[in-house]
Amino acid sequence: MSAEETITSGYGGTKLNYLTNGTTLKSWLLTKDHKRIAIMYLITVSLFFMMGGLYAAAIRLELLTPNSDLFQTATYNKVFTQHGVLMIFFFLLPAIPAVLGNFLLPLMIGAKDLALPRINLLSLYIYWIGGVLALWALMQGGVDTGWTFYTPYSTTFSNSYVMLVGLGVFINGFSSILTGLNFIVTIHTMRAPGMTWFRLPLFVWAHYAVSLVMILGTPVVAITILLLAIERVAHVGIFDPAIGGDPILFQHLFWFYSHPAVYIMILPGMGVVSELISNFARKKIFGYEFIAFSSIAIAVFGFLVWGHHMFVSGQSIYASLVFSFLTMVVAVPSAIKMFNWTATLYKGSISFDTPMLYAIGFMGLFLIGGLTGLFLGSIGLTVHLTDTYFVVAHFHYVMVGGQVIAYLGGIHYWWPKMTGRMYSEFWGKISAMLVFVGFNLTFFPQFILGYLGMPRRYAAYPPEFQVLNIFSTAGASVLGIGLLLPVVYLVHSLFFGKKAGDNPWMHPGLEWRTSSPPPTENFEKMPVVTWDAYEFGEGSGMDLEGARQREALQA
Amino acid sequence: MQSTTWIPFFPEAASSFAWQVDLLYFYLIAVSVAFSIPIVVAIFFFAIRYREVEKFATPDEMHGSMVLETVWSIIPFVVSMTIFLGGAIVYFNQYEPPDDAMEIFVVGKQWMWKVQHQTGQREINELHVPVGKKIKLTMTTEDVLHDFFVPAFRTKIDAVPGRYTYLWFEPTVTGKFHLFCAEYCGLNHSGMGGSVYVMEQRDFDNWLSGNVAGQTPVEQGKDLFMNKLGCASCHTGGPAQRGAKLEGIFNHEVKLVGGQTVTADDQYIRNSILNPTSQIVDGFQPIMPTFKGQVTEEQLNALVAYIKSLSPNAPAASAPAAPAAGANTDSANKAPARSAANSSK
Ligand code: HEM
Ligand SMILES: [Cu+2]
Repeated sequence: MSAEETITSGYGGTKLNYLTNGTTLKSWLLTKDHKRIAIMYLITVSLFFMMGGLYAAAIRLELLTPNSDLFQTATYNKVFTQHGVLMIFFFLLPAIPAVLGNFLLPLMIGAKDLALPRINLLSLYIYWIGGVLALWALMQGGVDTGWTFYTPYSTTFSNSYVMLVGLGVFINGFSSILTGLNFIVTIHTMRAPGMTWFRLPLFVWAHYAVSLVMILGTPVVAITILLLAIERVAHVGIFDPAIGGDPILFQHLFWFYSHPAVYIMILPGMGVVSELISNFARKKIFGYEFIAFSSIAIAVFGFLVWGHHMFVSGQSIYASLVFSFLTMVVAVPSAIKMFNWTATLYKGSISFDTPMLYAIGFMGLFLIGGLTGLFLGSIGLTVHLTDTYFVVAHFHYVMVGGQVIAYLGGIHYWWPKMTGRMYSEFWGKISAMLVFVGFNLTFFPQFILGYLGMPRRYAAYPPEFQVLNIFSTAGASVLGIGLLLPVVYLVHSLFFGKKAGDNPWMHPGLEWRTSSPPPTENFEKMPVVTWDAYEFGEGSGMDLEGARQREALQA
Repeated sequence: MQSTTWIPFFPEAASSFAWQVDLLYFYLIAVSVAFSIPIVVAIFFFAIRYREVEKFATPDEMHGSMVLETVWSIIPFVVSMTIFLGGAIVYFNQYEPPDDAMEIFVVGKQWMWKVQHQTGQREINELHVPVGKKIKLTMTTEDVLHDFFVPAFRTKIDAVPGRYTYLWFEPTVTGKFHLFCAEYCGLNHSGMGGSVYVMEQRDFDNWLSGNVAGQTPVEQGKDLFMNKLGCASCHTGGPAQRGAKLEGIFNHEVKLVGGQTVTADDQYIRNSILNPTSQIVDGFQPIMPTFKGQVTEEQLNALVAYIKSLSPNAPAASAPAAPAAGANTDSANKAPARSAANSSK
């Protein structure tokens, strides 16, 4: 069915949208529609998140007491490894780009789809294959190497399914590369008339930067895993000193990818938060260009600081000096973003709907996450802190506090667009607050634990660390409830939520100028952009007065 | 240094540079607070002051300000540079072992720390050291990566297979302190630790004499060199010997085939034993067999100690320093004046 026949603009009415246009399983599995692909990613990513969450609960329960009494250490080591592998490679990396990016990029720039729709579907299948392999490895007996797979433990000493998980991660990497490629081509070639580079939403800028990292960084992890396999299978000395290899080489290669990868995890979150803050303050982001370029700066500098994971590996102290210096330099663009978001609130018209609560929570947590990054970048201090719970707390603040919170905020914000329904504001706010409180209660004590010297990846610990661990476990249960609530009320909203309308937030972005949920072709006719990003006034041609009246009628 | 013990949730500080790390930590906390307060206050103030009054209002546009952006780029940059410099200074203190430190060998192994003193005493998962003395740990591992971490000393270092790494500290308070392995190393990673006992010199000497010493590393190395491994068949014998002369080489430049020179440090000696053909000394044939697989890490340490002892006049950095004088029964070789190394401090 062509788009022209089926779309009627405005509110309500029966029309086909991307969800209803074809209901067979086949129509989903063979779809080329970026929005359907995004929904399938959403479902899988959520499943991985829940599995990773179960592992997290197990970790926190074990650490409630100093002895390893809930599991044997062999099991505990697998639990934290699998938690890390699932969360990092199968949740955090794809979450925002593959779900929100996939769904929104074409809508935001006024395109019918991504530039390479078949490749997009392929990347989903690759992700599934990687995921199935990893899950299969877990069922076979699991891995116990830590998500960092350091050699020579992973190559020679671990009796676990490292190669299988490695293969899963390796395959999954291609999904990431293809997605990045697709985004870049799309942003370059598919922008609607009038959508100039400096009219792009910051979400799109963030994804542009992320895609660069994905394309340039991911092959390195692929090569690393390949070398690992070669060493294991053919006994060529690459990483194993017993056969002439160098274990530190593995760390260089691993972090050359994985440090930029942490930016794959945070940059999209920053993109989402820029959208949210701007929308709920109803203002253009203060210093739009600075935010856009700081994303690119973070992506570029992110490639130069991998050595800061190896400050205590015995690497030359002069190398450490350089890496520490560069690490400090990357902190600056992050600080700029923080200031700009805050300044955006100045003289705004700020409302506190659920997504905004998440965005404010993000600012608080990212502030702590970023500042503690300075602690770890300062070499004299990090010698004491590294490989302790301080690091665990730091990267959870940045990645969970940053990325997951931004992702949740984004899901809530664009939920009406994706599903056409509104969820319960009341429960939304409750969950946002539970997540914030639970998160801080879980991870803040871990900074203190780290300074006290509790090493990470420990199944058992000296008894004097117990009090803080109890706080942390208690916090984790609050956080768990906060994260489960959205599953309940969002699913509920699918069936019982009130109709959202096309543009519930009255936002000028293109994604809001088509029906909710959007039709398969995205737009009835090719949009022409005559307004800047975040132009909330009459200049953007929105019927603000009408919206206000409808709002008043509903209240 | 002990003055911080009244702070709740604060670790004991028991090494000469612990206070520097603590100072950095407090400086960073101060920076963080100074940075956070304005932002948090601003967010709360704006959130309340500019609360939405009219649905879908359109506040005035504001595009940004070059002045502000510049100011808030430069300030974080300058502050981060002070943090960088402070960190760098402390890092040098932590990772540059002083010349006159007493050397102890540590070998990591799944899942224990094996310690050997210069006087021959061995211990497992425990390390006894005298207070107020500079201690240098020369470390490697038999299997995977490990990491020697003593929180009270505010320092740690990875033990890397196939390499030596070094950790040094000067304990300032007596007592018993946690020793952890901080680099994930498999099944019993969290059990791979124990205690460091910092003792008064007198108690330490007692401990040494009560703990009957076996062979010292130098003696053990000599035994290996002369008898067990047969190194002596090539490396002794005057001008006609087939292997390079080892007397006096330690920490001196060695000329290699091809014209390069290397410093004959412990890393070089270790490599020469395991990969003899990779660095051939000028004037010799590559005939030395590899001893890889035939010597344990501890035997390697002993060989290094022995070869070191053949260079009594090596530059100061190399002088092996051993602890108590009395316990040292070594006399068969040209060991340097060891007890002097301690008292010279
Ligand atoms: C932009 C968002 C950031 C993300 C996503 C992030 C993520 C991470 C992650 C995952 C780790 C732990 C890696 C491991 O398992 O060992 C880590 C460690 C580290 N981070 Fe960050 N981080 C961010 C920001 C920062 C900032 C702003 C700095 C410095 C100014 C920083 C400095 C460090 C350092 C030095 C380490 C190494 C710690 C250690 O192992 O000793 N990070 N980060
Ligand atoms: Cu260990």
